[in-house]
Amino acid sequence: MADAAPVRVVLAKLGLDGHDRGLKVVARMLRDGGMEVVYLGLRQTTASIIDAVEQEDADVVGISMLNAGHLTLGPLMVDALADAGLDVPVVIGGIVPDEDRPTLAAAGVAGVLGPGSPAAEVVACVQAAAARRGL
Amino acid sequence: MADRTVSELVAAARGGELRATARLLTFVERGGDLAEQVAEATHDHVGNAHVVGLTGPPGSGKSTLTAAWAIRLAEEGRRPAVLAVDPSSPLTGGAILGDRVRMTAAAAAGVFIRSMATRGHAGGLALAVPGMVRVLDVAGFDPVIVETVGVGQVEVDVTAATDTAVVVVTPGMGDAVQANKAGLLEVADLFAVNKSDRPDAADVRRDLELMLDLSKLTGHGRPDAVVRPTIVSTVATTGRGVAELADAVDTHLEALRDAGLLEARREVRRRAEVRSHLEHLVLAASAAAVEAAFGAAASGAETADESPGATARRLAERLLTDPGS
Amino acid sequence: MVNPGSRPDSDSGPGFRTLSGIPVDGVYGDGPFPGEFPYTRGVHAEMYRSRLWTMRMFAGFGTAGDTNARFHELLRAGGSGLSTAFDMPTLMGRDSDHSWALGEVGRAGVAVDTVEDMVDLFAGIDLGAVSTSMTINGPAPILLGMYVAVAEEAGVERSRLAGTLQNDILKEYQAQKEYVFPPRPSVRLVTDVIRFTTAEMPRWNPVSISGYHIREAGSTAAHELAFTLANGFAYVEAATAAGLHVDDFAPRLSFFFNSHNDFFEEVGKFRAARRIWARWMRDRYGATDERSLKLRFHTQTAGVSLTAQQPEVNIARVALQAMAGVMGGTQSLHTDSHDEALALPSEEAARIALRTQQVIAHETGVANVADPLGGSHYVEWMTDEMERRATDVFEHLEDLGGGSILEGVYAGIESGWFAGEIADAAYRYEREVNAGERIIVGVNAFTEGNDAERARLLRIGQDTEDLQLKRLAAVKQSRDDRAVADSLRRVVAEASDPTTNLMPALMEAVRARTTIGEIIEALEGVFGTYVEQAVI
Repeated sequence: MADAAPVRVVLAKLGLDGHDRGLKVVARMLRDGGMEVVYLGLRQTTASIIDAVEQEDADVVGISMLNAGHLTLGPLMVDALADAGLDVPVVIGGIVPDEDRPTLAAAGVAGVLGPGSPAAEVVACVQAAAARRGL
Repeated sequence: MADRTVSELVAAARGGELRATARLLTFVERGGDLAEQVAEATHDHVGNAHVVGLTGPPGSGKSTLTAAWAIRLAEEGRRPAVLAVDPSSPLTGGAILGDRVRMTAAAAAGVFIRSMATRGHAGGLALAVPGMVRVLDVAGFDPVIVETVGVGQVEVDVTAATDTAVVVVTPGMGDAVQANKAGLLEVADLFAVNKSDRPDAADVRRDLELMLDLSKLTGHGRPDAVVRPTIVSTVATTGRGVAELADAVDTHLEALRDAGLLEARREVRRRAEVRSHLEHLVLAASAAAVEAAFGAAASGAETADESPGATARRLAERLLTDPGS
Repeated sequence: MVNPGSRPDSDSGPGFRTLSGIPVDGVYGDGPFPGEFPYTRGVHAEMYRSRLWTMRMFAGFGTAGDTNARFHELLRAGGSGLSTAFDMPTLMGRDSDHSWALGEVGRAGVAVDTVEDMVDLFAGIDLGAVSTSMTINGPAPILLGMYVAVAEEAGVERSRLAGTLQNDILKEYQAQKEYVFPPRPSVRLVTDVIRFTTAEMPRWNPVSISGYHIREAGSTAAHELAFTLANGFAYVEAATAAGLHVDDFAPRLSFFFNSHNDFFEEVGKFRAARRIWARWMRDRYGATDERSLKLRFHTQTAGVSLTAQQPEVNIARVALQAMAGVMGGTQSLHTDSHDEALALPSEEAARIALRTQQVIAHETGVANVADPLGGSHYVEWMTDEMERRATDVFEHLEDLGGGSILEGVYAGIESGWFAGEIADAAYRYEREVNAGERIIVGVNAFTEGNDAERARLLRIGQDTEDLQLKRLAAVKQSRDDRAVADSLRRVVAEASDPTTNLMPALMEAVRARTTIGEIIEALEGVFGTYVEQAVI
């Protein structure tokens, strides 16, 4: 039973936006990449995501947003996890202009996935983020 | 946190630290040495939690019902935990665990929820679930609700290995009949007819009653049942019938206790768990023995003249008399 | 940015001619012709000869004041139609100071908390002289109530108001997920609006039945068609069950479709939509008014088809998709800006998008002949195939609903059937693109030039949110709290009785400066909150 344990990822939409096409596609890509996706779905708050990360002992948090809120919500999620004492990397999915990537990286966001990212890139990005978390 | 020992984590979990509980669950789920250590540290203080299995066909509203019930329990000052089991993809080993979508309000109400995937091998689930239930028990959760999709024999077995097994069915699509086919009838201590605001809910109730009547004649049904299974009508989305479900589950536990059957059930469970462990060990040992006999290091001289059955008997004999080999 | 549809190039000239001077007729081929049942070839005989499609462009960002300035610009440029996008908290019926709203106030549309924001949004605009389209669903009756209140406070009677409310809640459960209440009470709110506008606002379109979002969520073209028409039938069943005669409201129902990359598939979809609607409305729902049978629709190019790589290439995609909409006989068209895969559209990109429509309308000659593709073997086959596939879906829904499309749609929502079909199609598409089986220019092929410098992007700052929060606080400070509490009590009481039309109670509440969030939460207490069946 002691095979390499699958990476556990919490996936959520942070905020009110209901466009979940990208999140669902990413969930399936990660599943097909051998990961376990704890899918929270729509309208989550930093508090509800933190509850899930803590109880699920997740390796990575993936949040998706479509409404240009990434500069507010991305760092908000990173800081909220840090405040809760959870050392879990955050990956953001959504429409993020290239020029914002350094800002998000500086704020502690572990990875950014744009629309149409290929499965291999999605899985590699989450794997790389998971590797940052020691166990 | 990575530095804490298992016994430190157990102490923290007993003190109510959710993160320590979560990490112990991860250890048990992964199996191996750390899982053994957790088992070692938890096996002697168990038995406080009422362990409830809840299962039903996909789309029966199990998660919503579990959430509504758990919220009610939390509001009464109890500390429910939910272990939600979903199948892994047989192809990739990955899984999408979606139960929390329906349980957001329960999580907000303080219910501890852990999602787990079956991780491919049936034996793994049978090993991991009792170990994880024990961790939740030690951490002070009560009841511990194990929610599975009632589709496979393993899920049915996991549900059966609880103090109280609840089977959820819904009107339409012949769920009651399906429940019977899948063997759910034989493990149920209690039925919840969910979505009972639908017009054909009465039919489902009637079908279930009929099947229960028949099971008395045919000898189907749970062999260690204390009472005839109760049927509760619920509408999880509005909360109707949830109080009745909670009461029925509590009443079942009392009935088991009064009849002196609770300990008997737990003994059966313990036995099944030992057997799962043993089977797991034997499987691993057999694989190693076959590898030793046929693998690169083997000369092949011994096996060349034997029938496969004879080789197996010879290897088994060696395994049983000299397990170190 | 609305074009009134005049055709200066032809009105003054010697009839319709090609670029090289060859005279052309208004239509070619055999009947049934455009304007004739079942309207496969178009709802008007003349189509774009008499009037071009409306070039309707979507606007809305920041505070009400920001959008109001944009509206005045549009009107000065000769437009007569305003199209309003609301921000995410407004779409979800939450106030700007709700914890969920953080980071989203005024970002993707205008923020409306109280009728005061609506007053600012339309300040200086004669609401009796414009037509206003509002993209809002869950809280649609509240926003309509606010619009009527603003007009009446300015002395314009509600009967003079023209416009369209999206108000299509069913597709929210299937695709866009902007819902609050469970489906049944939500559909009751839709029928309340239909009853209200039918009785009091004859120039208003109470529902715009939208496939656009279903397609954007990843569905196939056939499912976009089928789910949308099924939703339309569902509203017809709900409104007739609420006591209306089909011909009283059906002429005011309109549709909203997506136009994606596969040119002929799109054209076939639009043509099939008209034919199916006409037949079902006449044969199944007993409509006799010709206007009830004619499916009129708005088209928007597929936002989801836009790529972040080499964004200028999107201009070509949008042009071809827009062309499909025109060949399909759309009544109005929104063309996406090429930078939308990166951020909110910049003004320059929005202008290019509009110019694209003008090129199609005035330079290509395609508007000179009605249904120019009619009679093509491929197009006629595709039209039939779309109809056949849609019919399969209707049969499935009738099975689910025991003969009722409305009940079938409810069942399909509650079991996650729609969402599952859409998610499967979306994943299939992504896998094809990933595997290189489907070429997307600049994404998985022809990627040279992907690193080029990016265009300037429009951003909405944090100051919008701060400003809106101050405004909301000021309104709450100055209003009569007792009137607010009274109005909410009435909303709750009337919500509890499904036979009462909620519109009057909602209008009283908005007039009392009750916030959208307060009203929605009061209704949530009666109707409950919907959590979807997770289909991933």
